[in-house]
Amino acid sequence: MVVEQVSVFVENKPGRLSKVTRILGEAGINIRALSIAELGEFGVIRLVVDRPHEAKAVLSNSGFTVGINRVLAIEMGDEPGSLARIASALGDAGVNIDYAYAFIARAREKAVLIARVDDVKRAEEVLSSEGIRLLSAEELEDL
Amino acid sequence: MFEHRMETMPLKELKELQLERLKATVRYCYENVPFYRKKFKEAQLRPEDIKSLDDLAKIPFTVKDDLRDHYPYGILAKPLKEVVRFHSSSGTTGTPTVVGYTKKDISTWAKIMARGLATAGVTSDDIVQVAYGYGLFTGGLGFHYGCEELGAATIPAGGGITPTKRQIQILKDMHSTVLCCTPSYALYLAEEARKEGIEPERDFSLRTGIFGAEPWSEATRKKIEKALDLRAHDVYGLSEIWGPGVGMECEAREGLHVWSDHFIMEVIDPESGEVLGPGEKGELVFTTLTREAMPLLRYRSRDISVVDEEPCSCGRTHPRMLRVLGRSDDMLIIRGVNVFPSQVEHVLMRIPGIGDSYQIIVDRDILDVLRVRVEVTPEMFSDKLAELEALRRRVEEELAAVLSVSARVELVEPGTIPRTPGKAQRVVDLRKGKI
Repeated sequence: MVVEQVSVFVENKPGRLSKVTRILGEAGINIRALSIAELGEFGVIRLVVDRPHEAKAVLSNSGFTVGINRVLAIEMGDEPGSLARIASALGDAGVNIDYAYAFIARAREKAVLIARVDDVKRAEEVLSSEGIRLLSAEELEDL
Repeated sequence: MFEHRMETMPLKELKELQLERLKATVRYCYENVPFYRKKFKEAQLRPEDIKSLDDLAKIPFTVKDDLRDHYPYGILAKPLKEVVRFHSSSGTTGTPTVVGYTKKDISTWAKIMARGLATAGVTSDDIVQVAYGYGLFTGGLGFHYGCEELGAATIPAGGGITPTKRQIQILKDMHSTVLCCTPSYALYLAEEARKEGIEPERDFSLRTGIFGAEPWSEATRKKIEKALDLRAHDVYGLSEIWGPGVGMECEAREGLHVWSDHFIMEVIDPESGEVLGPGEKGELVFTTLTREAMPLLRYRSRDISVVDEEPCSCGRTHPRMLRVLGRSDDMLIIRGVNVFPSQVEHVLMRIPGIGDSYQIIVDRDILDVLRVRVEVTPEMFSDKLAELEALRRRVEEELAAVLSVSARVELVEPGTIPRTPGKAQRVVDLRKGKI
């Protein structure tokens, strides 16, 4: 089970995040999770939103270069050691995490780890055998 | 003077010599270079039709693309076994241009350079540090052979190979009295020396500098002279015609003497091709008179200047060109290296997704900086930074390989590069006013 993440190319300068989020806000798109990665003069804003394809359309129309990527939304307990458990399960199975970011879902007293991995199928098998749940796009919306 | 009689020959006699040599060159080209024979036939011209210097205007121009189209050996007038050296420079697209030299060409070039060095005041007592690049570029070896011909102590310090720190050490320890390099590198050397606590006026023994291969101004001359405590001379040349030494500034420094026993210099209107007179600004066109392996007739330099035939206070009669005022094409000179925007485009076209969404920016800190801004399109985009960075570096590496000068590639958002109706502003040169 994968969820779709929206990634946006941005130059590393003031006002870019503001512009991206304003466009999404005006389109009534809700951001569930976000991370910003930068490398020198440029960066990538990665977002999990309620309507990824619409988000891509409105951002592209405003001139941004946008991609949609398949990532995992992994449910974690909001307690010490839970991220370590996921990370070792994946690591032991030889699955590489390209990047990840996490947020806490208050309603469920849980946390969610958004992760892009190099082998989605293998990651799903490993996490499922460890009893770790992957969230669907619908479940993410309900958080 | 290195060759007093020739350098001071009355202009009228010099022109008679030119005509005699021109007739021989035209016949030589016609008989030995199929490219020229074809050109003459197309123009319905025979070698015997050239009876006066004015008849030169009947001969079609030779352009850089002609050399590229006959890459690598197609324009040679001598069999390869008589060629002893090749130099090569970048073409307007992926194909470079190659220039060949016979043994005699090398020795003639050395004499021309030696005459030029003497014209700039260099003598056999001097220690000359040649910090132009040695290699395919003509600068280093051109100066080197000229200095040795003159009898000066020559240090092949080779810019770009010998680190700047080492150049500074040589200047200081070996007491170089003459420095030859690009004007921007001269300023860079001075700056770096100061950072090391060296005061050029106290620690260096420089007396004269010969700077060229890129455009510079009187303001830059003053700056260099102050920074390195020397007297700066301008030198002109182009790789298709030997290399450096076609023209040199004498002590009067009111233009560069172009050696008219070896070259005929014309000025033309770059649009119409019409020949202009002395004092009129236009594109310089050169015909070689003493070259064996690769004689060129009416080669368009694309350099804009003005010719002055008035007598010079130094006593030399050879006409002078003013320092190069600009270009009649879009060629950029970056750290002494010729770069055509089309070469950049050629590299970028190989990267999927780039298309026309790029811009070239040239600026000058002390040295020239070449920046290529590339708009990130969906085809190139990745959510992984490492992949974006790998792409950026790949473009940088491919540009460096093709251009022979490093470029900094910047990934920018789409729409960042201004688009004017019809044609995007592809090249921005911010150096204007800084040169």
